[in-house]
Amino acid sequence: MSTGVDYRLIDSTLRDGSHAISHQYYADDVVAIVRGLDAAGVQVIEIAHGDGLGGSSFNYGFSAVPEKELIARACDAATNAKIACLMLPGIGLADDLREVNELGVQVARIAVHCTEADITEQHIKVAKSLGMEAIGFLMMAHMNSPEGLVEQARLLQSYGADTIYIADSAGAMTTTDVRRRVNALVQALDVPVGVHAHNNLSMAVANSIAAYEEGATNLDGTSAGLGAGAGNCPTEILAAVSTKYGITTGVDPLALMDLAEEIVRPLMPRAQVIDRAGLILGYAGVYGSFLLHAERAAERYNVPVAEILLELGQRQVVGGQEDMIIDVALELATQHAARETTP
Amino acid sequence: MRCVILGSGNIGTDLMMKLHKGTDASGSGATPLELVALVGIDPASDGLARARRLGFEASHEGPGWILDHADEVDLVFDATSAYVHKAHAQEYADAGIVAVDLTPAAIGPKVIAAVNLTEHVGAPNVNMVTCGGQATTPMVYAVCRAVDSLPYAEMVSTVSSRSAGPGTRQNIDEFTKTTSTALREIGGADTSKAIIILNPAEPPIMMRNTVFAGLPEGTDHAAVLDSIHQMEAEVQAYVPGYRLKNRPVIETGPYSTPGGVVPHRAVILLEVEGAGDYLPPYAGNLDIMTAAAQRIGEAIAHHSAAQKAGAQA
Repeated sequence: MSTGVDYRLIDSTLRDGSHAISHQYYADDVVAIVRGLDAAGVQVIEIAHGDGLGGSSFNYGFSAVPEKELIARACDAATNAKIACLMLPGIGLADDLREVNELGVQVARIAVHCTEADITEQHIKVAKSLGMEAIGFLMMAHMNSPEGLVEQARLLQSYGADTIYIADSAGAMTTTDVRRRVNALVQALDVPVGVHAHNNLSMAVANSIAAYEEGATNLDGTSAGLGAGAGNCPTEILAAVSTKYGITTGVDPLALMDLAEEIVRPLMPRAQVIDRAGLILGYAGVYGSFLLHAERAAERYNVPVAEILLELGQRQVVGGQEDMIIDVALELATQHAARETTP
Repeated sequence: MRCVILGSGNIGTDLMMKLHKGTDASGSGATPLELVALVGIDPASDGLARARRLGFEASHEGPGWILDHADEVDLVFDATSAYVHKAHAQEYADAGIVAVDLTPAAIGPKVIAAVNLTEHVGAPNVNMVTCGGQATTPMVYAVCRAVDSLPYAEMVSTVSSRSAGPGTRQNIDEFTKTTSTALREIGGADTSKAIIILNPAEPPIMMRNTVFAGLPEGTDHAAVLDSIHQMEAEVQAYVPGYRLKNRPVIETGPYSTPGGVVPHRAVILLEVEGAGDYLPPYAGNLDIMTAAAQRIGEAIAHHSAAQKAGAQA
């Protein structure tokens, strides 16, 4: 962590924010956002396809511009901030880490469902061998207990992870849920802990502050909350609230507000609000990035988006199973058709 | 044909149970494969205990046992790991033992049972790609045979956490790379991508596979859908639990794939339920490997018998 700050801020506008614009970032957007974050004092800037390196696909949506072109531009545009990439083993490859390291990426976030940490060993070790900081990133952390997360985090630590995050990928946790998990991790681990919050239950900022109070020293945000589902913890609000609490962040809230208002909001196809579908994600514990895919399937097969999301929650699908959205939509359409033909 | 199964874990034991039935992979005749032994390295393994109970030779001496008994063995099904297979593949070949490689070692040519079953029957070593490859390459091929060109194909495989063994977990990149290659080399796509997801839900989910295929302008959609349904039946001939979970659909884009912009995509939603021979039915990912291995072994046996008959005539 940089000296003189109470927690390190990692901004994921250019990675998690990518979901909200269906992975349609262009080079000019990337340069403007990196410059804005860098000037505001953000220490780490994450960039990749929303589903991590190699995520461009039918299943998750194709990137408008190849991510490595955008990553190269981000590395060039940053003066003080480190550039980070996220990758999910099973979607991206260790080779992707080697390529982005060549471009200047210094931080690798290796993301995995919160019960499957043992698939990251190869990738964490590759990141370390390249001299990168390796962050283990346990997704959908609401689906595992504090004790279960400790067990998984210890595996990540044993592979060489420098920092360990839990991600509330479904925006499904209360502050109590976050406190119990962070507390257990901080007690059990030798490495720093971080939290990545989503806002589906309108808890993202409160959960981030609670995580800090329990000992987390890394927090994630995105500018204007741009991100999967109802969005992420908004970086500029987190910075402002932190200042009010007397927490030293090293970032300038006013500069982040300017970035959110003048650069990021104009890019947004719609306001990042908690509408019914967004709230259901948090309520049913469904992976946030399913939202836009589910809306598209709902329209295509003429079934309610809320029903799709609730059924996905019932099935306990995990991040990456976007194909199941089509599966569920087709089944619901069949059921609806059967009901309509029954007198 | 006299065969040995190397590896007394889940896969090897399930294959033993299949061969023990005595019927061939399609269930319609007698298998030409005569199981000589199940060979592992752990004397206490459940697989070896079962082998003994069924009256098969059960050895814990590993590859060495096979080489010591080379005169009694014509074919080895290797269900160990890529590392072990690579270390001994040449020795099997030197001993005149054909190897059906169920590991991701990928030394020999790739065989997908429903697509190129007999293409490499004379090869000393054939590789079975991955479970996801056995499940999805047939559908990529099914689309490919109904179109002029297939610019891009993608597969997403979701398996229950419980059925993903340590080999897969330690080298997940090998799974995606090998599978992706098979979608091109055997499926016929110009470009490809493979994704694997592990799902820890309880009770465990059945193996799910989704194939997306980019359809170029001018594609006869009805022909694509017919070919997909036909392929379902072709795979079911040896994996009865292989099925289209929902009707295949053609969705409208456009989609900017790595193989170029296409106006439509086919979405093929598959489920594989295992036969439950040794592993529970949810482990369709392991069942499709053992079912395909049996079918490939039988194709090699028929070829070998035909060669011998030809030589004698």
